[in-house]
Amino acid sequence: MAVELKMPALSPTMEEGTLAKWLVKEGDQVGPGDILAEIETDKATMEFEAIDEGTVGKILVPEGTENVAVGTVIALISGEGEDAAPAPASAPVSAPTTAEVHTAPAAAKPAAIQPKNDPEIPAGTNMATVTVREALRDGMAEEMRRDDRVFVMGEEVAEYQGAYKVTQGLLAEFGPKRVIDTPITEYGFAGIGAGAAMGGLRPIVEFMTFNFAMQAIDHIINSAAKTNYMSGGQMRCPIVFRGPNGAASRVGAQHSQNYGPWYASVPGLIVIAPYDASDAKGLMKAAIRSEDPVVFLENELVYGRSFELPELDDHVLPIGKARIMREGSDVTIVSYSIGVGLALEAADTLAAEGIEAEVIDLRTLRPLDKQAVLDSLAKTNRVVVAEEGWPTCSIASEIIAICMEDGFDNLDAPVMRVCNEDVPLPYAANLEKIALLNSASIIAAVKKVCYV
Amino acid sequence: MAKPARTRKVAAKPTAASTDPDFALHSLQADHEANRKFAASDDQLLEFYEQMLLIRRFEEKAGQLYGLGLIGGFCHLYIGQEAVAVGLQSALKEGLDSVITGYRDHGHMLAYGIDPKVIMAELTGRQAGISKGKGGSMHMFSTEHKFYGGHGIVGAQVALGGGLALAHKYKEDGGLCLAYFGDGAANQGQVYETFNMAALWNLPIVFVIENNGYAMGTAVKRSSAETEFYRRGTAFRIPGMDVNGMDVLEVRAAAEIAFAHVREGKGPVLMELNTYRYRGHSMSDPAKYRSREEVQEQRDHNDPIERLKKELAERGRSEADIKAIDKAIRARVAEAADFAENSPEPEPAELYTDVLVESY
Repeated sequence: MAVELKMPALSPTMEEGTLAKWLVKEGDQVGPGDILAEIETDKATMEFEAIDEGTVGKILVPEGTENVAVGTVIALISGEGEDAAPAPASAPVSAPTTAEVHTAPAAAKPAAIQPKNDPEIPAGTNMATVTVREALRDGMAEEMRRDDRVFVMGEEVAEYQGAYKVTQGLLAEFGPKRVIDTPITEYGFAGIGAGAAMGGLRPIVEFMTFNFAMQAIDHIINSAAKTNYMSGGQMRCPIVFRGPNGAASRVGAQHSQNYGPWYASVPGLIVIAPYDASDAKGLMKAAIRSEDPVVFLENELVYGRSFELPELDDHVLPIGKARIMREGSDVTIVSYSIGVGLALEAADTLAAEGIEAEVIDLRTLRPLDKQAVLDSLAKTNRVVVAEEGWPTCSIASEIIAICMEDGFDNLDAPVMRVCNEDVPLPYAANLEKIALLNSASIIAAVKKVCYV
Repeated sequence: MAKPARTRKVAAKPTAASTDPDFALHSLQADHEANRKFAASDDQLLEFYEQMLLIRRFEEKAGQLYGLGLIGGFCHLYIGQEAVAVGLQSALKEGLDSVITGYRDHGHMLAYGIDPKVIMAELTGRQAGISKGKGGSMHMFSTEHKFYGGHGIVGAQVALGGGLALAHKYKEDGGLCLAYFGDGAANQGQVYETFNMAALWNLPIVFVIENNGYAMGTAVKRSSAETEFYRRGTAFRIPGMDVNGMDVLEVRAAAEIAFAHVREGKGPVLMELNTYRYRGHSMSDPAKYRSREEVQEQRDHNDPIERLKKELAERGRSEADIKAIDKAIRARVAEAADFAENSPEPEPAELYTDVLVESY
């Protein structure tokens, strides 16, 4: 049986090539590995090898022929009796051509899922006053009691009790097996954490700050976020990467960056950035229980702030649901993390001047609660986004795009964004202050969209 | 070119590297050199032969299908390196131990007994592929077989393997992780971060450097200050083993020693498997960095499959028997190729599935 030798594709992008030289002639015996021909592509000259034993039959494309399309039959090889491999493709099967791809029916996007609402807090529930730091720790500790697979690893999380004391007390309760001090080696321990999640555990990986997670971002994105998809849903990576994010105080440019927009751009990740203690605890518990990889962005300046937190046995909040922090009818201020505090401050000042601002805390940056933004826009017709982070390609940019695409008819003014200045964060106290988001600039933006 | 396996006289018995003040890099090498060849039964020998031949024929077919445009993107073939995956994986406890590797992963999956049909169908990007056609050559997984990929970022699998080993230790299941990487990946920083933590925490992991002589097109001596890769764990007190990766019986014998060390709770082992890849780094490799003669030399005198074929003949296997095996494997591979060509592509709706596990 004659096997058709076809012009091979020798690179991912090759469509045609030059058959530079035949190194065999008709009637030659060839074996696996023998070079049959040299083929020139736009990048290189490649050797084309025989796969099976056989005799070279007819050579159909002479050497020196240019622009030979991939798949063209260039020669026939007669096989070695019954033992010869069957022809590589009995019927001409070809990969879908570009044209076919372009005309392929577009897949229907799955309908947007309505995020779940926060559970009702039963009447008479006692409200405790706790710091965000304690709320985060309690959230982790409760989940560690509930599920043996949950453990914490990171720099200084155990004996030092956490660089920012978020893991205080965990070592005493859970021991060194479940509260693991790592060396200063972010790329390595992020990978070990992701691998442990793939192997069936529930790691919480603390980054001393998210600035250092840039060393580890490969594992967060390439290993944790993409594996479930690349494996066709076979291999999960249920892990929480957490730590402080954004500017702290006078620590300079390398230690002061908001990575919310970076992670929120990646399909396969959940990104949470809570503001108050109740959300910190309720969303931390949800993050640990999630089957998906979660990036949990905290804020150093908020750790020590106290808030009311309902004393419930199991305070778990829904991922993907924004929260109206303050109702208002004149303008919507959308924010998250530390920006929420500034937005609330601005709203109080504005109220004294007769402008009622609605403040929305996004809480989860991915998946983003679009509907909460659009509903508020429909009510107030004006939106300002307040973000402690750079303006370019920010969460603010995303909110503006959503308002344009899906809320255009409800807009009475352009959506404004109020962010940090577009510079690396300076050290000098006065410069740092000017560079960061503040309530005065939020107030100014609100007045602008309200035309007052 | 693959360096020849070295022999050296060392006298040290295996000890827990992290606590022994007389830690010796060569502690396991001495054992290996004392007993280089695995005493395989006739059946085992035949099984090794069949597995290696399956990988060889599968990869040749994959190369053909690539040439026909049925396989796209990157495709890295394992031809020449078969003895490594077969020798090591035959010594694992199935269903317990975990395996992870880089993007040259077809051979490891076949050595694990994963159906060639679903691997080939993944290469052609079909719904029936092991990753539903969404992963491709470099991204294949079988959690059922505890095969954790198939990773496209050079060196990432080493840290992930450290995590799999941590999970074994945490669960106290007695399993170990076998983490493969190449001589190229051996220069990545995260490999050493992982060595450090694996040794520090006494993780049950065997690091396997498949030294095929070239990091893509760069010969080891042009990329590595220390080309004796088995020594690369010395700074972390990880014992090294220098193994001839072109002889499946030597690989298997070395695996027995390394795995026993790890299972006894003595911490990680680093194995350097000296091997050779006949084909290019990937399908689009013009192979201008080495001579035709160098490749032919390995094919003619060092081929792991030919070596075993000789051994089978010496044990009295008839030519006809061996031909029959060859024929059966060709048929199996042809069947896998047919399946891979004729299975449907994924439904367009698959585009949106498996991004997240849960709905929010």
